[in-house]
Amino acid sequence: MDFDALLLARLQFAFTVGFHIIFPSFTIGLASYLAVLEGLWLATGREHFKNLYLFWVKIFALSFGMGVVSGVVMSYQFGTNWSVFSAQAGSVIGPLLAYEVLTAFFLEASFLGVMLFGWKRVGPGLHFFSTCMVAIGTLMSAFWILAANSWMQTPAGFTFAPDGTMVATDFWEVVFNPSQPSRFAHMVLAAYLTTAMVVAGASAYTLLKGRALTEGRTALRMAILMMAIVAPLQVLVGHESGLVAHAHQPAKIAAMEGWWEDRQSQPSILFAWPDEAAETNHFELAAPDTSSFLFDTPPTETLRGLKSFPEEDRPPVAIVFWSFRVMVGIGLIMVALGLWGAFVWATGRLDGASLYFRALVLAGPSGFIAVLAGWIAAEVGRQPYVVYGVLRTADAVSPVAAGTVAASLLFFLIVYAVVFTAGALYILRLMAAGPESDEPAPRSKQPPGTPLGAALKEA
Amino acid sequence: MFGIELALIWAVLIAVAVFLYVALDGFDLGVGILFPFAKDARERDQMQAAIAPVWDGNETWLVLGGGGLFAAFPKAYAALMPALYIPIILMLLALIFRGVAFEFRHQGRATGKRWWTIAFSGGSLVATAAQGLVLGGFVQGVALDKGAFAGGPFDWLTPFSLLVAASLVAGYALLGAAWLVYKTQGALFDRARRWVMQLSVIVAVAMAGVSLATLGIDPRVTARWGVSMTSIDWPVFLQLAPLPLVAAGLCFFLWRGAETRNHLLPYGLSVALFAVGYLGLAISLWPYIVPFAMTPGEAAAADNALALMLWGALPMLPIILAYTAYVYWLFRAKVGDDAAYH
Ligand code: HDD
Ligand code: HEM
Ligand code: HEM
Repeated sequence: MDFDALLLARLQFAFTVGFHIIFPSFTIGLASYLAVLEGLWLATGREHFKNLYLFWVKIFALSFGMGVVSGVVMSYQFGTNWSVFSAQAGSVIGPLLAYEVLTAFFLEASFLGVMLFGWKRVGPGLHFFSTCMVAIGTLMSAFWILAANSWMQTPAGFTFAPDGTMVATDFWEVVFNPSQPSRFAHMVLAAYLTTAMVVAGASAYTLLKGRALTEGRTALRMAILMMAIVAPLQVLVGHESGLVAHAHQPAKIAAMEGWWEDRQSQPSILFAWPDEAAETNHFELAAPDTSSFLFDTPPTETLRGLKSFPEEDRPPVAIVFWSFRVMVGIGLIMVALGLWGAFVWATGRLDGASLYFRALVLAGPSGFIAVLAGWIAAEVGRQPYVVYGVLRTADAVSPVAAGTVAASLLFFLIVYAVVFTAGALYILRLMAAGPESDEPAPRSKQPPGTPLGAALKEA
Repeated sequence: MFGIELALIWAVLIAVAVFLYVALDGFDLGVGILFPFAKDARERDQMQAAIAPVWDGNETWLVLGGGGLFAAFPKAYAALMPALYIPIILMLLALIFRGVAFEFRHQGRATGKRWWTIAFSGGSLVATAAQGLVLGGFVQGVALDKGAFAGGPFDWLTPFSLLVAASLVAGYALLGAAWLVYKTQGALFDRARRWVMQLSVIVAVAMAGVSLATLGIDPRVTARWGVSMTSIDWPVFLQLAPLPLVAAGLCFFLWRGAETRNHLLPYGLSVALFAVGYLGLAISLWPYIVPFAMTPGEAAAADNALALMLWGALPMLPIILAYTAYVYWLFRAKVGDDAAYH
């Protein structure tokens, strides 16, 4: 296969899947959040939970729509761009994708209709049930697709058939392959965090503008609670992911950490400029000899550096190194924001904390950046393989002409730019307006004494 | 152990999934194709409301069809997708526009709404035409070398595939019009009834054209039907003759029966018409999953993969059909003039 078609196919796949993941990482968290909101509304009867639900469900509908259409693209790209991979590995990961459709996609898609359009047709109980089904569907979908991806990262439970294709020997091992549990946990937490950051940012914005105060205060507290608990948890789970990768994909860890030499004790590098040609780092700022602590290795074990891998087996170092740092950096910022919020809340000063609110507005999109950076670190770090150690990316590509792939990539870029810009505009517009509130707007011209003001208060 | 039987079961299951896709998303796309013929924005809102709660579930059958082909017949999937690369990508891009337009049309202000209205109907039209090109390219067969695609990027572009594409547009429009008869009232209902009558004539002509053209695709098809340009092998043809006869009858009923009092009937008849066409196609192509090159047995995934998936599909498909039916039942009422949203 000629090089251009391969590179273009990779770019196209990376672009379309990178576009797709933006939406799941938000809708997985938002679906669960909506289920919680509706449950709280049913349990307490307090209207502001309903107002919040009705507000976020509009944003959910927009994001989910974009998630679905970009996902349908993905399910065909395995064949259009990676047909050799499809033929080789189809017997192993095909069933996982089939289970995803059967257990998750239909569930989400069908109950979404009830969730969005069923308010007047079903009772509150059934409506709540539909919301829960959508939320469960998103989680099941994540489970199966991550099982497929994790198997490609750490393949297990398979062998080769006489015709050279891969067949499973044990589907349990295929699904629960070594990196599946930590990757699934890490991704679900990432989705919850992404949603918490967006909810926190949007609520902080409306609070700063003095709109929908009851709703904003409630949503903000829910988001802070989520951040304060989940962000530290995410650091631990991410650490566990690192241990798994260390055990199964040592070249990836060497690239993430920026290690070149084999050593018994490696440094933890804060900042550096990896130079692949010279096989070294420039401008390194590091804490020496901390690796055995981070990776729980005995001090006598050697930690491999990139030089001990043949050049053709190394991933691109700089991308992996830097995207990993972006993700971890944002993770630490999230921990800090969660603690800060918990602190001002505990000391009773949350409602006027405008500096904190501004920080939250700024951090609103941080989850998306961390998710993309994390995926880039994980996927580029697995190169040059699609199925790690088994099938090289260069051998997996479809026999399609470079011109065809280039043209389709160009169209994807244009279409996604249009759709994404419009979608982002509509979502931001909704967020800026904020939820409908039951209380009169504070700057309303109605003096509180008028009959209308009183009526609004009672409503 | 079950070898060939498992592959056959999966071939049938995927064929059923694709048919359900055509019957269900066909009417959604058809409604989009008919958008330009609506009287005003309010009528378009009603048309969209008639499909909004169910379109996503309908499109999922396409994911099952494609995903199922990948999972059950990876070699067929790997042979077909690169061969049909351009029409598949075209379909995906068009589906993006019509999919996001459901929400975007309601979020956009004046110009935005106008633009997403065009995106919705244009997306529906192009997606349908692209599916026709995929079908046409599939039926006429793809160039393979040791199971891998070995042709050019535009092999699928032939008069035959263009004919199929045009016919599918007419067919989906018929499904859409029939669905609108079921779901709407008032002036739009009357209009939809007229659309059904007009489209039934167009579809009859299109089906006849595609059927005749298919006979010329491969000598094996000609032999199976016993019909060629110059002669008819009556004993063979008579066995299969009921199919075209039934199709003609259905078109006639649709043309006349738009008057009927059961508003679901036109849609039922249209689906039956598609079923007849589908069956005819299956008879022409049997036993190939990649026409004239690969049978299900040759293209199938490993037995243990097929068996595992069957264990999942056996309980899940009835459950999916049950809740899908429930959602349809829930939204069975005709859409009102207000076309309420959310
Ligand atoms: C961590 C989760 C996750 C990841 C890694 C992916 N997806 Fe996804 N996908 C979802 C989580 C999700 C979801 C939450 O289920 C979505 C997103 C938003 C949505 O609307 O449903 C979805 C939608 C979605 C759909 C449309 C489903 C429908 O019709 O309702 C398809 C066909 C795919 N995805 C396929 C893929 C493929 C082939 C991927 C890999 C390359 C992929 N997704 C990565
Ligand atoms: C959804 C989040 C994901 C993101 C953001 C992502 C990102 C990427 C990126 C950036 C690449 C290009 C790497 C390179 O070429 O250097 C890639 C490759 C690839 N990924 Fe993923 N990936 C995701 C999930 C998945 C999943 C779930 C699967 C499979 C089940 C998958 C399968 C592949 C395949 C087949 C390639 C092709 C090899 C290549 O392009 O190099 N990815 N992905
Ligand atoms: C701060 C501590 C964090 C650490 C130590 C950490 C560690 C890791 C590691 C080692 C990987 C690669 C796993 C592999 O390739 O097998 C990874 C991937 C990933 N990370 Fe993180 N991470 C952290 C925070 C975050 C945050 C805050 C997010 C998002 C909100 C995030 C999202 C992701 C995603 C989406 C992936 C790709 C999927 C996967 O491989 O699990 N991470 N992370």
